[in-house]
Amino acid sequence: MSPELVFQQALNGLSFGALLFILAAGLSLVFGMMDVVNLAHGAFYMLGAYVALSVVQRTGSFWLAMVVAPLALAALGLVLEPLLLRRLRGRHLDQVLLTIGVSLVVVDQIGVVWGREVRSLAAPAGLDGSVALYGGDYPLYRLFVIGFGVALAALLSYVYSRTKVGMRIRAGVEDAEMLGALGVDTDRLFALTFAAGAALAGLAGVVAAPVFGLQPGMDLDALLYSLVVVVVGGLGTLGGAVAGSVLVGPADTFGKVVFQEFALAVIFAIVALVLLLKPTGLLGRIRIAR
Amino acid sequence: MTAALEVSGLHAYYGESHVLQGVDLAVGSGEAVALVGRNGAGKTTTIAAIVGFLRPRAGRVLVNGRDLTGAPPHRIARSGVALCPQGRRIFGDLSVRENLALAARPTTDGWDEARVLELFPGLARRLVVRAELLSGGEQQMLAIARALMRNPALLILDEPSEGLAPKLVGDLGAALLRLRATGLAILLIEQNLTLATAVGQRVQVMSKGAVVFGGTPAELAAARDIETRYLGI
Ligand SMILES: Nc1ncnc2c1ncn2[C@@H]1O[C@H](COP(=O)(O)OP(=O)(O)OP(=O)(O)O)[C@@H](O)[C@H]1O
Ligand SMILES: [Mg+2]
Repeated sequence: MSPELVFQQALNGLSFGALLFILAAGLSLVFGMMDVVNLAHGAFYMLGAYVALSVVQRTGSFWLAMVVAPLALAALGLVLEPLLLRRLRGRHLDQVLLTIGVSLVVVDQIGVVWGREVRSLAAPAGLDGSVALYGGDYPLYRLFVIGFGVALAALLSYVYSRTKVGMRIRAGVEDAEMLGALGVDTDRLFALTFAAGAALAGLAGVVAAPVFGLQPGMDLDALLYSLVVVVVGGLGTLGGAVAGSVLVGPADTFGKVVFQEFALAVIFAIVALVLLLKPTGLLGRIRIAR
Repeated sequence: MTAALEVSGLHAYYGESHVLQGVDLAVGSGEAVALVGRNGAGKTTTIAAIVGFLRPRAGRVLVNGRDLTGAPPHRIARSGVALCPQGRRIFGDLSVRENLALAARPTTDGWDEARVLELFPGLARRLVVRAELLSGGEQQMLAIARALMRNPALLILDEPSEGLAPKLVGDLGAALLRLRATGLAILLIEQNLTLATAVGQRVQVMSKGAVVFGGTPAELAAARDIETRYLGI
């Protein structure tokens, strides 16, 4: 590989990592708080992308789509958690199965509403060009994705560590029952957490759409990669989502260059290695293999 | 005056196992009651059914005269009950100060950070430390301080002396007596009979999911068969 190619691929890897972070942050948050691996997370991501497509078609504004799609997903999460998940509180396996069902329904309805052909979403005006960077042209939008991922990580980290709701989230991840005994309405906190997780999935869907396009099966790709990220980084912590995505994004990108179709094997080798050396994931507190 | 807590005919299960078999228990306003009993007698389960961790199948829980049977934990907490649970259950990932702030329910002239630090001065220089780094004794102080931040009418403590060195058990007893003197109603679960009888104005003895004896510490001391049958080692 020429140095120019390595540089380009490194940027690609980082922008993929930034996307993975947006995606995995929500999955990890919901797992940490509610002990539920939300297997509808990929479907939420896909729905976010398609809602964005409609918003852009109607209004022409990508930025509006970046606001509307997460809000729409948050609303869906606010309805689904009390309506479905709450009824199965404490029955984790049943809750996980339920999220598979939600995922099937959502993906199927996307097919009904938006069709099943491959669609694309243009990067917003101003970010649709490319810049000359170290021996080649590089798409501006991908640089934006890196910057956006970093900014979101900073924002979430501020919310986690400095705000009252962040304090409650960290406490709830440790011991939600005890948090309830201190007067916090954990039902409400769970619903808001689930909604925030869904909103983050939707946001990832919007941000990813100009890079990867929209097509059937995108939900499963997103789910697979976000699961890998949280397993590698460690479930239930923000730092884990950062560490996992910074590792998996570049590893996958370089894996695809070097090993082509065996790239997935690289990813799973990383998963196996991390779990072998540190069963909680890099920064996690929760053992994955009990 | 209405009782701070009135539990009657409480039955609760873990799955099929019938753990609470008709528990009757009352704590008067401003009264300190000790609940003692062997391992597995059902003391923690009684507390779980009172504070909303476990939904009782039968019976009633009245807090300050209000029926809160089966209500969720936050509603029971908001009605003035604070819990210092068995095993402390402090939030290890949060700083000491955050553990206190999380529980805060300010009232005029009530407990706040400054006042709980007066009661437990040892916590003052540990405020910004992650709570999981505290010693066992400090964690217990924090668990009690956190409960006080709720400014409760009733404080429930579940085996606060568990795992403490004898000197610290003495300090704990002194702190609980100071709390009792403020007029706070206290329900103290204890295996340490000396501590239980020093703090409790009445002692209730629990065995196999029911309260089998109730009386003053003097009455308990007189009823020697109770001690050998239900508490003896
Ligand atoms: N989560 C649970 N699931 C099933 N059974 C339980 C559970 N917790 C406690 N038990 C059982 O219920 C009974 C009462 O337990 P409980 O914890 O209330 O006793 P305790 O009086 O608090 O004892 P200790 O002094 O050891 O804390 C015991 O037989 C115990 O094994
Ligand atoms: Mg107990």
